[in-house]
Formats: sequence, C-alpha cells, structure tokens
Amino acid sequence: MAEIPVDPIRIIEGFGPHLSSMTGVRLSTSVEPDRLVKTHCCFCGQQCGIQLKVRDNQVIGFEPWEDFPFNRGMLCPKGVKRYLQGSHPDRLTTALRRDPSSASGFSPLPYTEAVARVASEISRIQERDGPGAMAVLGGASLTTEKTYLLGKFARVCLKTPFIDYNGRLCMVSAGAANKKAFGIDRTTNPWSDMVGTELIWVAGSNVAECSPITTNYIWQARELGAKVIVQDPRITPVARTCDLYLPVKPGRDAALFAGVLQIMIERDWLDHEFIRDYTSGFDQVAEYCREWTLPRTADVTGVPHALMQAAEWWGTVKTSFLFHARGIEHHSNGVQNSLGTINLVLASGRIGKPKCGYGTIVGQANGQGGREHGQKADQLPGWRDISNPEHRRYIAGVWGINEPDLPGPGVDAYELFRKIDRGEIKGLLSICFNPMVSLPDNTFIARCLDKLEFFVAIDFFLNDTAWHADVVLPGSLHEEDEGTVTQVEGRIIKINKAVECPGDARQDWRIIQDIAHALGRPKGFTFNEPREIFEELRVASKGGVADYSGVTYEKVTQQLGVFWPCYSEDPKTGEPVDHPGTPRLFERDSYNPVAKGSGPFYFPDGRARFNVADYRPPVEDANEEYPLYLTTGRVVSQFLSGTQTRRIGPLVKQYAEPLIEMHPRLAAKLGIADGDWATAETSRGAITLRAQVVTTIRPDTVFIPYHWAGRKSANQLTVAAQDPISKIPQYKVCGCRVRKADAAPEYAAILEPQQ
Amino acid sequence: MPKPDYLHFFIDPNRCIGCQACVHACTECDTHRGESMIHLEYVHRPESVQTVPVVCMHCDQPTCAEVCPADAIKRTGDGVVQSARKPRCIACGNCVLACPFGVPEVYEDRKIMMKCDMCYDRSSVGKKPMCATVCPSQALFFGTQEQIAQLRPLSVPINTFQFGGQTITTQVFVMVPRALASRASHVDVAAAMDEQPRSRAVSFKVVADPPAQAMALESDPFAEVEV
Repeated sequence: MAEIPVDPIRIIEGFGPHLSSMTGVRLSTSVEPDRLVKTHCCFCGQQCGIQLKVRDNQVIGFEPWEDFPFNRGMLCPKGVKRYLQGSHPDRLTTALRRDPSSASGFSPLPYTEAVARVASEISRIQERDGPGAMAVLGGASLTTEKTYLLGKFARVCLKTPFIDYNGRLCMVSAGAANKKAFGIDRTTNPWSDMVGTELIWVAGSNVAECSPITTNYIWQARELGAKVIVQDPRITPVARTCDLYLPVKPGRDAALFAGVLQIMIERDWLDHEFIRDYTSGFDQVAEYCREWTLPRTADVTGVPHALMQAAEWWGTVKTSFLFHARGIEHHSNGVQNSLGTINLVLASGRIGKPKCGYGTIVGQANGQGGREHGQKADQLPGWRDISNPEHRRYIAGVWGINEPDLPGPGVDAYELFRKIDRGEIKGLLSICFNPMVSLPDNTFIARCLDKLEFFVAIDFFLNDTAWHADVVLPGSLHEEDEGTVTQVEGRIIKINKAVECPGDARQDWRIIQDIAHALGRPKGFTFNEPREIFEELRVASKGGVADYSGVTYEKVTQQLGVFWPCYSEDPKTGEPVDHPGTPRLFERDSYNPVAKGSGPFYFPDGRARFNVADYRPPVEDANEEYPLYLTTGRVVSQFLSGTQTRRIGPLVKQYAEPLIEMHPRLAAKLGIADGDWATAETSRGAITLRAQVVTTIRPDTVFIPYHWAGRKSANQLTVAAQDPISKIPQYKVCGCRVRKADAAPEYAAILEPQQ
Repeated sequence: MPKPDYLHFFIDPNRCIGCQACVHACTECDTHRGESMIHLEYVHRPESVQTVPVVCMHCDQPTCAEVCPADAIKRTGDGVVQSARKPRCIACGNCVLACPFGVPEVYEDRKIMMKCDMCYDRSSVGKKPMCATVCPSQALFFGTQEQIAQLRPLSVPINTFQFGGQTITTQVFVMVPRALASRASHVDVAAAMDEQPRSRAVSFKVVADPPAQAMALESDPFAEVEV
C-alpha cells in the first residue's frame, strides 16, 4: 500500500519543506565553535573543500578552507549556506510508518520495530514472488562506501538484479561515450590544466550556475589568452562575454559536432599523426560527416554564422580543453552527442597532454565515484561489468559467494518503474533519490509508487517520493558520517564527520546492515565503520579499470585527494608500489593494465575509438501542435530535487519559485508580459508559473528549472524518452506550447514558494 | 590590528556571474551577522545576465563622512571607512544620499546606517574578507598589487573616479580592460567644446565595455530564429 496517506497539504504541514534561517547560536557573534571540521560541500560534483564550525554537536557555521587546491576557499551560495540544513525543523529523528489516521499522514515507529517490519515485508514479497520482486534505488550523492555497500546489499543480501541509481539521470551518457571511445570513464585532466590552454569549448554546460567554481578556471584561462566558445540555447553568464557563442537549437548537438568536424576535414585541420598512431575508426566517421555540409548543419542546428569560426579555432590551436554537461547529455541522443565531442577532441590530437583536456562535468557530489562501484544496474565494483564472467568470478570471490548466485544485469531506473507498473516489481527500497521530482513524466511515477505493495525510504527529510512510503527510516546527513567521494576531476576526497545523528537517526550504512541482519543474512554486512567498507572496496576494485587499491584514507588526507586509478601493485611489474594516483589520463608513454603498454588508451590495442556520432532528431520534437522547444535545468541557488535546498531559507529567498523563461519576441506574440502567469503544456501535462521575459534565450525555446515538486514540477511536462544506450532521459527538449494563464494557479494561495 | 597596507580589494564586474555567494557570505560576518552589506544587481535583466557586485569603495575622502551631521562615520588609519558609530548615528540618511557609489543603507528598525567595512573582523587579523574568499568567479579579489598584475594581465586596477567636479580616490580598485583604462570615455559633449574645464566631463570608467563583450552584445545571436 503505497498511496499518499493524507492530503498533501497536511504532509507539508507536518514535514515541510519549511525554511531554516540563521537563528540562535548561528546568529550569535559571541559563540565560538568547539572545533573546525575539514570536509566538503554536500552538493555538486565540484566538491569544494569547506570547514564546518561545530559546537555542542551542531554545525553553527562555516569557515572557508583555502588550502584545498580545487577551490581554495571559493564557494557558491549553496556551499555558503549548506550548514543550515543541520538542526532543521523538518529533520527526521525517528522512523515513521504510513498512518492515514495521523494528522500528517505518518506516525513515529521505534527504530528496531521499523527495521523488523521492513525485513518481514521484504521476506514476504520475495518468498512469494522471488528475489527480483524487490528493487533498490540509490543515489550519487552517497559516499562511495555507501554505494558499494548498497550494490552488495542488493546482489548478496536481497539477491535481486534490480538496483539502479539517480546517476541514470546524470552521468550515463557521458559515461557510455567515454567507455566506447576511451575504454575508461573519467574526466581526462585536472581542472588546473585549463589554465594556460588556448581554447575552451563549453558544450551544454551552464557553468556559472551548475558548477560555479569552474568559472574561475575559465576566467583565469582567458586572462592568459584563451578564447572561449559556448554552445547553449541560452546566453548563460559565461556565454555573456564568450568569444564565440553557438546558439544551438535544443537537441541538435550531434549535428553541430559533425558539421564542425566536416569543416576540419575539408580544410585539413587534423592531427594526422595522432589519428594514425593512437586511434581507430576515423574513416567511418569522416564518411558520415560528408553529409554534414555547412549549409545543412547551419539549418539543422539553428546556428547560422559561427560554425566556420568554431571549426577554424578548434582546428588550428595548439592546446585546448573541451567539456560538456547535461545540456548535450540529457537527450535521447545523449551518447551520440557526447561521442561527437570526443570525435572533435581525437581529430585534434589534443588529449593526454598538459593544457589539453576533455572533461565531463558531474552533477552530483559523487557523480564520478557513485558510478564506479556497483549501484548501477550493469556494474560491479571497480567499474567491472556484471555480464563479464571473469569480473563476476572476481567479485563473487571478494564477497564470499558462488558466482552463479550473483544476479545478472538489472534495468535502468526508469525501466524499473515500468516494471513496477507492470506488477513485476512489488517492493522498493530507496535512498538518496527523489523520482517524484527528478524523473520525467512524473505523473507516471506517482502511479507506479501507488502500485507498490511495500515501499521503504531511507532519508533525512521526508522527500516528495517518500510521501508514498510505508516505512521511512531516518538516515544521515552528509555531516553525520565519513567516507570518500570522487569529484569532477576524478579526485578521491575525504568527507569527515562533524556531528552525531540526532534522535533515532543513524548512518545509512548502519541502516542497510541492520536490514540485512533483520533478514537473517548478516554475512558480509558486519562493518563497524566506513573505513572497513573502504578497505573491502579497495580489494574489490583491484584489477578493475577504476582501481582504488592503492588509495587509503591517510593518502587522501595527506595529498588532499588522490586521482584514480591508484594501484597497490604496479600494473606493469606486479610489484607492490606506493602509487600517487593518476591526475592526467592518456599520456603518450603511460602504461595501463588493459593496453599493457600498447598505447595510452584503455583498450587492448591502446587506441582510442572514433565512433560515428549519428544525429537523430529528438523524440517528440517541436511540432504543429506543440511548436516550442521546452528545455529544463538548474538555477544556482537550488540543487537537484530541492530536498535540501528548498529547506534553506536564504537560498529559497534568492530564487523562490520556478519561472518560465522566454524571449520578448515570443512573449509579444503570446501576449505575455514579464511577471504574468503563463501556462506551459505538453502532451503529458500543464504547468502554470510566472513568465520571465528575457532576450537571453532562443525565441523558439522556453526554459523551466526543475527543482520544485508537485504542481510546480517541470517534470510534469518532460518526456520519458531515453537514450537507447545510456537510458538517460531526454530532459533537455520536447515539444511544448505556452499561453497566457486564465488565472493564478490554485497553489499560489495555499503553498509557500518552496513547497 | 589594522588591515595590512599591502593587501587590497579589487572588483571585476566583467567576471561576475551573479551567483550571490558574496551576498550570502557577507551575512556570516561577525560585525553585522545576518545582514548582507553587498549590493548585487542585474544591470538590466530583460536584456542581459550581467550583474555588478558593489562593496564599499572605502574612499580616501569619504563623502559619506563629510556630509554626516553627527560625525558618526570614521575612517581608520588603514583606510577602511567604518559603519556608522552607534552612539552617534542619527539615521538621517545624508550618507545614503551623498555616496556616489550608492553603498550605505539606513536600517530603520535599528536607526543606524550600516555598510561594508571590508570584513574588519577578518581583514584586521590578516584574513581575506569573506566575500572575496568565496567568490567563485573571483570578481571580488583580495590580495596584493603584484598578485593582481600577475593574474589579470588583460586589465588594470583603477581607483580614481570622476563625478562632475569631484575626483574620488578609493582604497578599493575596479578592474578595467587595459585597452580602455588609459582613455576617458566621451560622455559630455560640452567637454569637447573647450567651453568647460576638462574636469566637468563625467567619466565613469568602471562601466566601460571590454571589446569582447561589446562584440557579444552588438548583434542579436537569435536574429534569425523565427517565432
């Protein structure tokens, strides 16, 4: 029974989102902290170093951590105010059970009783319908230790193949493309390589709002002479002063890359030597690009003038850095778009050298580490493949089980919901995932959650998805646990505990182990601290592409981060080694355990692969009935589904509610003025929000940020089309129409902005 | 302890991304906790995402102090112009009207003027102001002249501003594109007619566009998009 127990407004009254603010000791200037804890921000993949001020088991403020090399004290508004998520009125401090007779829909439950109930429901469902009737959803904001344990829990304890994670919404297009092209999935260079490069190409990344610290790297590169190309349907803050702006129509990125590569081929702006010695597959790509003449590319992409200039700059510089993010990845053609960028990089030969890089910007704290160690449907620790017999045998050995007992590949997070819809999955355990806000076409997601026989959520606040839960277990905030995460550059860093969990709440890994124990299958789930989990992870990752075997907590702390791969044994000699890590991948003379000396890339022949990056129009493109492109994204003051940031007062004040951003020419045609209520509709639903009329967006496109829930959720509109390879949803484009609203929406009089 | 004289505050509006990290960080300051003294505004959001962060410029001869009837605004020996002194301030708002940079604000509930004091609690003990420490684009920078010269070769720090007949020099520097820094903008036709002394020309060097930006704004990148 997983329907919402009472009217949503009553759940909101009980559990928020309410706002925290600077009060009490957090406002006092006479209260000194007991100590400063060096750790990292809990939000995006940049993982800025920060020091939390702690007093009496409470985080009361922060102090910049200027020695941490990536951000040197810099923080975005989310980082500055992240400390206000602690000691929050909405914090879950007991387990809860669904209770329609309670005013808020939920009643407290003693923790052990809650865990026993979870175990008995899991047993009941699995005994009746088999292990695969239970599914697990994880998240990439968890520490690597937790993601490792969660993957092990699903496969070893629950024996279900059905585990996936919210990185499916984030990094999988980039990851799949990296795997196909390089044989390894990691940003190739430390960000410091950006400074001193001649050209930076930002493809589909609103750096200033989504990864603000990267801005200073770009500006600093520019001070030293770099030109900046920005490819985006909106003039973002970094695009405002860029040297070349490519106002690409949403969903046309693969065409743009093919067209630029075609110009480079025609003008012979290629590194023939690199292509010959270090790659394969160029000829097929060149053949494909022939149809992408300049006029055709300009027509398809909606970029009339700048393509030749982009090709000339990209074709003729000596050093460059290209990076992309969800703007080109959140597409049903996301992998092809990403491969298109890689083809440009490989054709230029500018990779694996100082000041020459390629990078994918991760969205979540552990967007990198969270995709390497086994919570992804098709993966085992160390970036191993769950379908590879050798990989299965190794991990089964580490886990002390028979290889045949290890489940095979599961399905992606969205397909998992379709399985719930079809009645194939009956029970769900979720942590660090809020699909009611974050998955496309979320009306469908609500219907699926309603169908579950049993749903247990682990969370620190009652997120919008947990409204459907039968049992909620109170988990841990970032500052209440320790562990590692791997940030945007591939640098493993250490999260340090600042405070204890309040009340009955406890660390997520303890909760997962408690469930395993209550199920009567404690073997392999008897860790006493995150360090022990990490030590097992080191062994499990050893010999995999994402090799962490040489990483220790001490090394991470001493070096202020360790770039993987980091070996315990030299991959060439097999001798024990004190390996410092690998800041830059693919250096010409580098040795990796896959190529074994035959080349710098992670394939047996050591060569990178060109892949034909085929342009396909978006699924449900703009059409006669829905003539506009709807695209979605972030604002700087909010993070993902807003579970945390919609509870932090100063951040909500900065940008309180979603707006529909549109160009004045479109607004004039629709009779909409800035600040008017406007209704955006797709074939899945409608949303009424205030209009923001600005010249900084393509006139054929509207933009809505996605951080809000319920009637304010942009994902009521988005299409559940997915990339056939990566299964990433197509958040960045679908056909849409907009009209002036008949009246203010009902919610406006009832809900606070963040609710 | 005074702010060390070799450390300076630099503002580069061209770098600003409008994220408001500085505004939030300012509220953490011990001298005005909970209130931000930074003004961060869109120049004209309908047409641009450009934003400009404004902190107190810490004038060498502060107009705010000169017009204060209660002598409540003091400049310490290190050049930092402090917020109004509580026992003296009568919240008349003269300083608000007079400041050419629009910095001071009167807090009616407390009947006092407050403004940026360059994080005196931090800068006087050798730390950087909170806003310049966190600023992700380093539009706000705190360091030495040598550092800024090395890090920002494309622009130069300016701290002389002309408002009508009034020349103001400040402790805070504004970064201006090198190509534009050496010449005054033509603003007042009369200035070119030799009938007025040169000093009557109004020259706001800080708002001059760099060439790259001018290029970016010149043409409408969406001109050919049909609606």
